[in-house]
Amino acid sequence: MKKQTFIAWITAGLLLAFSFNSALAAGGATPPPKLKWSFHGPFGTFDRAQMKRGWQVYKEVCAGCHSLHQIYYRNLQDIGFSAGEVKKIAAEDEVAAGPNEDGETHDGGELLVRPGKPFDKLIKPFANDAAARAANNGALPPDLSLTSKAHATGVDYIAAVLTGYKDPPSGFKMNEGMAYNTYFAGNQIAMPAPLSADAVEYADGTKATVEQMALDVSTFLAWAAEPEMEERKRLGIKVILFLIVLTALLYALKRRIWAKVH
Amino acid sequence: MATPTWNNPVIKWVDDRLPIFTFVQHSAIDYPTPKNLNYWWNFGSLAGVILVIMIATGIFLSFNYTAHVDMAFDSVERIMRDVNYGWMFRYIHMNGGTMFFLIIYIHIFRGMYYGSYKAPRELLWIIGVFIFLAMMATAFVGYVLPWGQMSFWGATVITNLFSVIPFVGNDIVTWLWGGFSVDNPTLNRFFSLHYLLPFIIFALVFLHLWALHTHKSNNPLGIEVKGDQDELPFHPYYTIKDLYGLGVFMIFFMGVTFFAPNFFGEPENYLPANPMVTPAAIVPEWYFLPYYAILRATPDNFVDAWGILPVIIDAKTSGVILMFASILLLCLLPWLDRSKVRSATFRPIYKQLYWIFLADCLVLGWIGANPPEGMMLLIGRIATFWYFFHLLILLPLVPYWEKTKELPESISAAVTANGEGSKETSS
Amino acid sequence: MADSAVTSEDGQDGEETRRDFLLISTVSVGAVGAALAAWPFIDLMNPSKDVLALASTELDLSGIEVGQAITAIWRGKPIFIRRRTASEVDAAKNVKLAELKDPQSDADRVQKPEWLVLIGICTHLGCIPVGNKSGQTKGEFGGWFCPCHGSHYDTSGRIRKGPAPRNFEIPPYKFLSDTTLFIG
Repeated sequence: MKKQTFIAWITAGLLLAFSFNSALAAGGATPPPKLKWSFHGPFGTFDRAQMKRGWQVYKEVCAGCHSLHQIYYRNLQDIGFSAGEVKKIAAEDEVAAGPNEDGETHDGGELLVRPGKPFDKLIKPFANDAAARAANNGALPPDLSLTSKAHATGVDYIAAVLTGYKDPPSGFKMNEGMAYNTYFAGNQIAMPAPLSADAVEYADGTKATVEQMALDVSTFLAWAAEPEMEERKRLGIKVILFLIVLTALLYALKRRIWAKVH
Repeated sequence: MATPTWNNPVIKWVDDRLPIFTFVQHSAIDYPTPKNLNYWWNFGSLAGVILVIMIATGIFLSFNYTAHVDMAFDSVERIMRDVNYGWMFRYIHMNGGTMFFLIIYIHIFRGMYYGSYKAPRELLWIIGVFIFLAMMATAFVGYVLPWGQMSFWGATVITNLFSVIPFVGNDIVTWLWGGFSVDNPTLNRFFSLHYLLPFIIFALVFLHLWALHTHKSNNPLGIEVKGDQDELPFHPYYTIKDLYGLGVFMIFFMGVTFFAPNFFGEPENYLPANPMVTPAAIVPEWYFLPYYAILRATPDNFVDAWGILPVIIDAKTSGVILMFASILLLCLLPWLDRSKVRSATFRPIYKQLYWIFLADCLVLGWIGANPPEGMMLLIGRIATFWYFFHLLILLPLVPYWEKTKELPESISAAVTANGEGSKETSS
Repeated sequence: MADSAVTSEDGQDGEETRRDFLLISTVSVGAVGAALAAWPFIDLMNPSKDVLALASTELDLSGIEVGQAITAIWRGKPIFIRRRTASEVDAAKNVKLAELKDPQSDADRVQKPEWLVLIGICTHLGCIPVGNKSGQTKGEFGGWFCPCHGSHYDTSGRIRKGPAPRNFEIPPYKFLSDTTLFIG
């Protein structure tokens, strides 16, 4: 009996501690609604078509201000582009050419450039943080590589903020150049509503509503934050099954060895 | 016990010169162990295994980590994305820290319940407290390495604690940092220390085991072993039991690692460190929360408010003192607890107090995760008070009015009489 | 880990003469697990994805005139690519193998006679020879010259004079089209 009590106490205590812990991190704003995602759950995978659409939204809408620093062009093969398509996508951007055979990176003060290659990182919209602030009313658009991991509510948060724009309630004091957002901490966000209906034209014919684009780009960003997720779950299932078999055998052996004691 | 004779000539040759096989035979195979140990005794060996897992994954992670403020965050992301199995090593190492503390806390509270710290095992217990301290230091410096927001601000807040030391506090903080804020020199030395400390833990574990093997394991009844009938050879009885426990634990550990790797972590740490922006709430990892609660529980003018001493200690200083005292006090536990009876099984009052104390620690953990305001602050203060009241007042005084139950004659007598502590062996 | 300890458990029990199925299967499963767990440790030290992504390179050769050469970088090494003139090709072909220190025919060293692709590191002590740029000395045999210790290479990148023991190495390459070279 006392063992069960002990376990009950420990479990209750830990759960309590963690639930309060994570509730705290949300801070202030309305918690985002919990949505269903194809990649949640132990067997969940990313929807390739959705990720491709999400990439299109990122590229055509977000990439004007937000970098995706951790992603290389070659990574786009993971979301369903062929090697040839990736080469083309990369070649559309200009990247720093690096030192030439004389060891120089600049020519007369101008950066030497070349077309992007799959092994390059995605280009950034601004040369540095100061340039980014100057172009955005003093606000710094954050890098989006890890957004879904950096918020307690994960990918739900991204989708919620993208669709959370409203007129401020009467009496709410807005600061100059800010937009009202239900789900953003403090309800004032420097980013104006980025999505509007048909802001992009999807190649697969999906209708580009604001909700659809928000879900698509959220999925894409969830992948960008955890590109290892599918491999992790696949391997995890094998590891757990193996451990269950091994532990069952160890238990049987333990019973047999200890049977002699009684 | 008799010295084993070796038939294999190679083993015999080696053993004559370095009796390592005899040592293993004595301390891991023939090693006499009380026959009534329950599953709470699994956590010692489990802690040893997780230490090895942490060192192994840590060394391999260090192959790809760069201890520089401009590169640390991205080098960790490169491990997660480009290094073969890097994400697995990183997640095992990250969650391994959580598992290590979970195991150690169970191990400590097992020792408290069964009075394992009492004579002649005081030094065994004290070495254990030092292992715990070394673990805390290792975990703290390790958490700084990914150089996320929590890394940076956790490092800033905790190193600032040392500024309360009279006269030289600020100089010590500067010395710890190697500069005038947490910066590249700090990250560099923390990486070095994070690599060094586990080996110090390893050495302490060796001493811990040496002390353990000198007086052998305590047991759920807390009574002395009376003879061979009370004992079993460690192998195969406890090797298989430990392996089975390891299997169950690994299912849990790997379940978290592969399917909820960030459950125990702080999302904020996936933002790169920014020395100009403090996160809305700085929350340490869960295993530090009780101490964090104690740190923040003290009122201003703590001592003066009660008029005990003619000095004023501000809230920060008293909080730091209490926090370090809460851990160091554990070293004195063998002398604070004046009861001659070890196991709580035979101590009706202590048993109740034990559960209250455990609940108190969990409450402190919960408080530590919340801002110290209003009700939270009050509960935190009461829980902090109770922590010290339990250790300093109740433990020494309870034996004077506690009527302990009659101890069984021997372990084997208790086992055959279906006594306490033999439950798992009879299942 | 402690699996090996379990194996020595036999002999505890006199009456068990049959093969111990349970023990053997447990130890086998444990051993398989340990072996599989070793792989990630080995593989972690192999080149990572970002390193492998740089392991091959594609070059556009369309801008190189006959008689010109460029230096590309592949796996951190300089690659000499020379578009040889007809006379350079002839000079390379018309050497008697017996005269060579490291005998190799020109046909064995090129895929298309016009294009010579070499790892531009002197086989003596690892210096980078000169002769790839117009205006640099090409040595006594019209190829390359290593200024460190005076090794002369010919128009097929073979060592002809000086202390270097071997010809320039040839990297693995193929032509994806007439003007696109893939190295790696």
